[in-house]
Amino acid sequence: MTLTPAELTSAVSGGIGTSPQRPDGNLKVRGEFAYASDLWHEDMIWGATLRSPHPYARITSVDITEALKVPGVYAVLTHLDVPGRNLYGLEHKDQPVLAVDVVRYQGEPIALVGADHPETARRAMKKIVVTYDVLEPVVDMETAVDDTPLHPGGNLVRHVPIRRGSRDVTADVVVTGRYEVGMQDQAFLGPESGLAVPAGDGSVDLYIATQWLHVDRSQVAAALGLPEEKVRLTLSGVGGAFGGREDLSMQVHACLLALHTGKPVKMVYNREESFYGHVHRHPAVLYYEHGADHTGKLVYVRTKMYLDGGAYASSTPAVVANAATLGVGPYEVDNVTVDAYGVYTNNPPCGAMRGFGAVQAGFAYESQMDKLAEALGMSPVDVRVRNAMTEGSVMPTGQVVDSAAPVAQLLKLVQDKPLPAGTSTDIRELPGGVSNTTHGEGVVRGVGYAVGIKNICFSEGYDDYSTARVRVSMVNGELAAAVHTAACEVGQGLVTIMQQIVRTELGIERVTVLPMDTTIGNGGSTSASRQTYVTGGAVKAACALVREKLAGRTDIGDEVIDETTEWRHRATEAIDPETGQGNAHVQYGFAAHRAVVDVDVELGLVRVVALDCAQDVGRALNPQAVVGQIQGGSAQGLGLAVMEEIQTSGGKVRNPSFTDYLIPTVLDMPPMSIDVLELADPHAPYGIRGVGEPPTISSTPAIVAAIRAATGLALTRVPVRPEHLTGT
Amino acid sequence: MDFLRPETLAEALALKAERPDAVPIAGGTDVMVELNFDHRRPPALLDLTRVPELQRWDEGLRIGAGVPYARIIAELGDRLPGLAMASRTVGSPQIRNRGTVGGNLGAASPAGDTHPVLLASDAVVEVASARGSRMIPATEFYLGVKRNALEQDELIVAVHLKPAAGPQQFSKVGTRNAMVIAVCSFAISLFPAEKRVGAAVGSAAPTPRRAREAEEFLASELDFSSPKPLLDSVKREFGELVSRAASPIDDVRGSAAYRKHALAVMARRTLGWAWQELIDGERACA
Repeated sequence: MTLTPAELTSAVSGGIGTSPQRPDGNLKVRGEFAYASDLWHEDMIWGATLRSPHPYARITSVDITEALKVPGVYAVLTHLDVPGRNLYGLEHKDQPVLAVDVVRYQGEPIALVGADHPETARRAMKKIVVTYDVLEPVVDMETAVDDTPLHPGGNLVRHVPIRRGSRDVTADVVVTGRYEVGMQDQAFLGPESGLAVPAGDGSVDLYIATQWLHVDRSQVAAALGLPEEKVRLTLSGVGGAFGGREDLSMQVHACLLALHTGKPVKMVYNREESFYGHVHRHPAVLYYEHGADHTGKLVYVRTKMYLDGGAYASSTPAVVANAATLGVGPYEVDNVTVDAYGVYTNNPPCGAMRGFGAVQAGFAYESQMDKLAEALGMSPVDVRVRNAMTEGSVMPTGQVVDSAAPVAQLLKLVQDKPLPAGTSTDIRELPGGVSNTTHGEGVVRGVGYAVGIKNICFSEGYDDYSTARVRVSMVNGELAAAVHTAACEVGQGLVTIMQQIVRTELGIERVTVLPMDTTIGNGGSTSASRQTYVTGGAVKAACALVREKLAGRTDIGDEVIDETTEWRHRATEAIDPETGQGNAHVQYGFAAHRAVVDVDVELGLVRVVALDCAQDVGRALNPQAVVGQIQGGSAQGLGLAVMEEIQTSGGKVRNPSFTDYLIPTVLDMPPMSIDVLELADPHAPYGIRGVGEPPTISSTPAIVAAIRAATGLALTRVPVRPEHLTGT
Repeated sequence: MDFLRPETLAEALALKAERPDAVPIAGGTDVMVELNFDHRRPPALLDLTRVPELQRWDEGLRIGAGVPYARIIAELGDRLPGLAMASRTVGSPQIRNRGTVGGNLGAASPAGDTHPVLLASDAVVEVASARGSRMIPATEFYLGVKRNALEQDELIVAVHLKPAAGPQQFSKVGTRNAMVIAVCSFAISLFPAEKRVGAAVGSAAPTPRRAREAEEFLASELDFSSPKPLLDSVKREFGELVSRAASPIDDVRGSAAYRKHALAVMARRTLGWAWQELIDGERACA
């Protein structure tokens, strides 16, 4: 029997549809939560990583002699000490665990030191002598393919073409543009950290802050030359992820040191090292041409986009596919030509970050929609509504959108919200705040709109599943449940969601969530807005098996009901490599924003006054967590709009610190009015729709549109810097 | 690393004489960052937080080097509005609870938030060593990027200021609305009785710096005896002269051209606010 959401009622409190308190909330606010950086083991030693100062160089020699002589040093390791495969990667195994004879980005790991104190390790590291033959780095994503090949197969990681309808069409109104998106960082607050503990039999336990235990394990085991069962991972306290923990950082390194020294090894990156230790959001250059008839109806969209993958592939192929398949936005367009290129350069490696390719395209296509509105003399909302997709619309891939797609409704919801009062006279509410840069002089208000589309779950035929185990027994005379998965809680609230699902499905109030580890099957990645959908689906399915055995009993005596199951969402298809046609995605998520900004046009400073949002979430399993995701995603989009960028020069990072890589504070982010629609998706457990990513996509272009409205400037690049607004 | 914890100023000065390589630490908001990132590993730290002489200010506005920004805002905001404005822009509330003007002077970063105010308000820095103490005008204190006029055995003891003789303003550009390092900053102090103006720029040259030509221009242009609304041309010229006093660089926080532009805008605006306050004050008295 399938339950529709309306029929789901539960006798116990804290089930789905409520917002029970999170177990980690108070601890985090009080600074008491144990993160991976707090891990400790008796007799543990500390690991440190020697990294390349050059974006591109041949390594001509590595001399570790002097480093080994430092008292307190247990080991100094290079690629020669990697017993298994010295290459790893999410999609292509192209990234060395430790560099061999070439380094392809600034910060690439070359050697490891294990020592009795982090300070000793750092000092010893400075005694490793590496000589380099420094090479000219490849840094331009648009010309990289024709430049010096950085990898055996050349610098093209993936080209995704999409061909739909005719290329031979003309339109009444044509607008073109070139857009740039800077390199955003996930800027999670808990830096990379973990503890590797060797076991006597040559196996190893790794306690780690990650997004995906099983894919970490398979990569670590391959590098260590061990069978997977000899590498056990347990999730430690994760301080945010946003995609930045999907690739390996120090996982293999800590295990290498632990197995080599026979001692537990802890590694913690500091903030600066963290900027070199994880992938970032792909910077992009996007060319667009939109053609519409005089009523505003889109006739065609043509785009060519470049995404800079940096030195190693990471998830570039999937990011490129997202940018391409979602490249026209949530609009109906019959004639689409897309060419999306992901390339290698000597810039920092880029991979997964919240929004995953859809963010870059979203800034560009929404900027184009505003340009089109202006060319047609239409309002930005009207031109979007005129083209808005609905359930039944066909994507550029040919895929039919087969659940709710309330794009026009979302736009109208944000449009109809009351506008904030006029510009404040309190400096705390003006651009610059207490920095006292204006008392109202030069301040101009602007309003902007945007809407975005994001695929939910893994795409293109990936076998995307999760494993859940639910065990029920009597505790103190009542039924109690324990739920076990390998799906990572990274701060999003999965622990609470799983408890809620078990309560609702089994009517059992007392639900324990067991530590997330690799003693159970794969939980899949905490990414693509997929955990509530897929792991939630698995927990729900395991509960159904338990419920059958429970057969309505409230007392099972000494019996233990223990059920494990895998659950998959419906299958997707690879896209045709020449036409991009295929049912690539599982589900689509939509969000719309209206941004109101005050811009000090003389100083180029921006205050976002309002950033209201409407989003369809299918079904809000935890309404407070849903709103939290929308606020957080919107804030991250605000960051990309006006401040967040890893600036590089010749492949070198210029601002690896929170002094110069700025993320929004509570004083930059306005309180939000949020409308949550619950239009159930019949294909998804409980009808849910992934929540975390869509708001990140529309937030950025809405804010930039508002700044354009205030200034009249074209603003084709994010983040918008003061210099862009003042022309200096 | 030795951690020295003097209980009195005399003891602190004796320790500093004995260990000139000891790095003084008060709030630790700069020093600890450098230590944590291994940018600096001094043989000794000289903890000044237990030295009572450094933690107080007196009615003569001799402000101990260890008085944190939060106290300057709360306790001295009425007499030193410019310094309070600058203090409000320092870091987060937590940082303002710990960080001190003494630390700002000790670090002598060109981006330190209080420097322009100290320059524009004729502050004098009191430094001391076991050999005795001396008074260094703020204008002579900043020697280069993160270099100041302290001798090896000296400590910053206090900052001497006079109660604001007239309106004061401070303005700082950062690319975030709070908790942001200065892209550039500007301070102005009016001295109506002396018929002159103090003006200084921050984060726009190797050191914080007074804008002397701009000050002289205003001294000759402004009618302090019967202040009337300023002509735009005067504000503009002042802005240009302030901008010219800077010699900024292009860096990750902003371009040199932007800094010069922003300084001109801030100078123009803050002069307008300060002058208006003077006019309003005259009216209130009349």
